[in-house]
Amino acid sequence: MAHLQESAVKQIKEIVERYKNETTPLMMILEDIQKEYGYIPLEVQELVSDLTGIPVSEIYGVVTFYSFFSLTPKGKYVIGVCLGTACYVKGSQLVLDKFGELLHIQPGETSEDGLFTLDVLRCVGACAIAPAVTINGKVYPQVKVDGVAKIISDIKAQEAAQ
Amino acid sequence: MALVNIKIDGQAFQVEEGLTILEAAKKCGFNIPSLCAFNHGKCSLASCRVCLVEVKGARGLCASCVYPVSEGMEITISSQKATEARRASVELILSNHEKNCLQCPKNGHCELLKVAEMVGARDQKYVGDMTKATVDELAPGLIRNTAKCILCGRCIERCKEAQGISILGFENRGFETIVAPIQNRSFAESPCLQCGQCVNVCPTGALMEHSEIDKVDAAFKAGKYVIVQTAPAVRSAIAEEFGEKIGTPGTGKMVAALHRLGFYRVFDTNFGADLTIMEEAHELLERITKKTAPLPQITSCSPGWINYLEYFYPEVIPHVSTCKSPHMMMGAIIKTYFAKLHNIDPKDIFNVSIMPCTAKKYERSRSQMPNDIDAVLTTRELAKLIKRAGINWQRLPEEEFDNDLLGEYTGAGVIFGVTGGVMEAALRTAYYWLTGKEFEKIEFHEVRGLEAVKEADINVEGTIVKVAVTSGMKNAKPLLDAVKAGKSPYAFIEIMCCPGGCINGGGQPYVHPTLLPNEDDDILDTYRAKRASVLYKEDEKQVIRQSHNNEDIKRLYKEFLGKPGSELAEELLHTSYDAHRERFPKK
Repeated sequence: MAHLQESAVKQIKEIVERYKNETTPLMMILEDIQKEYGYIPLEVQELVSDLTGIPVSEIYGVVTFYSFFSLTPKGKYVIGVCLGTACYVKGSQLVLDKFGELLHIQPGETSEDGLFTLDVLRCVGACAIAPAVTINGKVYPQVKVDGVAKIISDIKAQEAAQ
Repeated sequence: MALVNIKIDGQAFQVEEGLTILEAAKKCGFNIPSLCAFNHGKCSLASCRVCLVEVKGARGLCASCVYPVSEGMEITISSQKATEARRASVELILSNHEKNCLQCPKNGHCELLKVAEMVGARDQKYVGDMTKATVDELAPGLIRNTAKCILCGRCIERCKEAQGISILGFENRGFETIVAPIQNRSFAESPCLQCGQCVNVCPTGALMEHSEIDKVDAAFKAGKYVIVQTAPAVRSAIAEEFGEKIGTPGTGKMVAALHRLGFYRVFDTNFGADLTIMEEAHELLERITKKTAPLPQITSCSPGWINYLEYFYPEVIPHVSTCKSPHMMMGAIIKTYFAKLHNIDPKDIFNVSIMPCTAKKYERSRSQMPNDIDAVLTTRELAKLIKRAGINWQRLPEEEFDNDLLGEYTGAGVIFGVTGGVMEAALRTAYYWLTGKEFEKIEFHEVRGLEAVKEADINVEGTIVKVAVTSGMKNAKPLLDAVKAGKSPYAFIEIMCCPGGCINGGGQPYVHPTLLPNEDDDILDTYRAKRASVLYKEDEKQVIRQSHNNEDIKRLYKEFLGKPGSELAEELLHTSYDAHRERFPKK
């Protein structure tokens, strides 16, 4: 655990401390860490294990069970393509494939420049505007395959401008 | 215990409150097939759905392994609905199971195969995708094949319960779920002790020892002097492999079988155990009288424990005896002293150890002692050799170990195989050396038994020496925390990795009640004591019961080693430990 920054160790200790009176604190601890850092690497799981006495294997099991938790850092822009029934019928698989093709990543992966992560979602409750895509929480309605390139280039332009 | 009235398939019974339906049914004479359940439901996750029964008034079918009986409960086991559901559960498990049963190393001991027979599973009932498999053969002690795993979770529970380290866990979800060390790592790339407790509870061939039978075959083929030694605990259980009841001594027949298998010499690791006692008792006295190293001294015979030490308590290393374990000492002496007196080139000797242990396979591959032992077979692997050779166990005569330089052994060596045994054996010799007198009370009953931690005060002519004995790393942890904090009150601690000691080692015959119809219902609670009694009885029978009175040991020191702790003894019989083992090395 040597390469965890001191400030991170301190903060994770604080997070664990928050839930010390809970009988089953693991989910809450992991949720806070995920929100704070965007991912939960093995080193952090070992630290949580040391602090709580919960075996690493159990923590790892929880992290890999819930898709909300991530083992690797997410990109600055997290693209979620809905593959729920309505979106799928409206062709969202093709939209997902297009994002993957243009960003050179598979679903679940992050682009080399750290800008984009591509995720699969299962219904975001917006079936009326299918196929739906979310980027950092913002919903893009009725996305078409040939509109994908523009979404990416708009974000890249926005980044370049900053 | 309060009783409740229940009905099973229309018959009325009174059973203890608090039992699960599965347990209650067994007591009433019913056999509900089950897989994930074992150990009184303590480890049962109700994950396999094989033990489904109907309970009147309940929603749907109930998993009997976790459902407690209650007053007035009406249970149906034999209805069409229940039998079909149990059959479907097993067929679904089989649909995602590698079915090369004929060549599977678990052939003959597989609970899944037994349960498939019990429920009448049909061929190819559900066919489809299989979960992507991982086969881990990197660790010297254990192999893991997820294609045979039924996700019952027994191994996860056992690792946690026995060793407190939870190496194995469930990973991913749904169809991708596997049981693995984190990141689906090899056992060799995680802080696994390779003790094999998980292997002992696995109902299928998903977790097995890493077999070295091929290496032994190759050595015979190459015309080597193949010399075999057997650990004390092997004789306490080997007979079980041939249908004998648990607790049947197998020493004489085992030796006879080894002779028939063509080994050049058949030795008893007990000689090595006696040698270990000489060195370890000497080391203890040095620590006490000359303060050469800190007290308490901790035993070093159990390689699973040594793994735990290096991974989790490297600060405690100075307390641990530098003695190699008995079979490694024996190996070193065979390739030097024995080879010299027989004029054999040590390169032509192939040392095989029959051990109740999977971690010994790892131990022999340690860089600190590379050439002492060439292959380690478990008790189960020895049984395979015997069966393969067409030897009829029941017809074997009783034979003696070879009495050739390293032949004689004492009762002290025999009890190494059970928790408390090393301590008891060492005390017999240390007491003699401290006082010049034999300890009158040879048997130290305080350190016998299967409790988590046992303590004793030994009165050495007015001075009280405190000792402790433990087994299972979960039990050892508090003792080690005290040692680390400098607060341990003891002078000498015995630690064995497997709960109960080597008699319950990860290489011992399986105790799967489903496959042992002739054993009592409580066999999981009694098998360790039954095996231990085999060793204690053998100790009682020995004329010489102290290691320092072994004539062959005396001669070995006189003619070769000099005295305990001599330079040559240090070189051949002692080892060192690694304080920098990474738990999860970067992949």
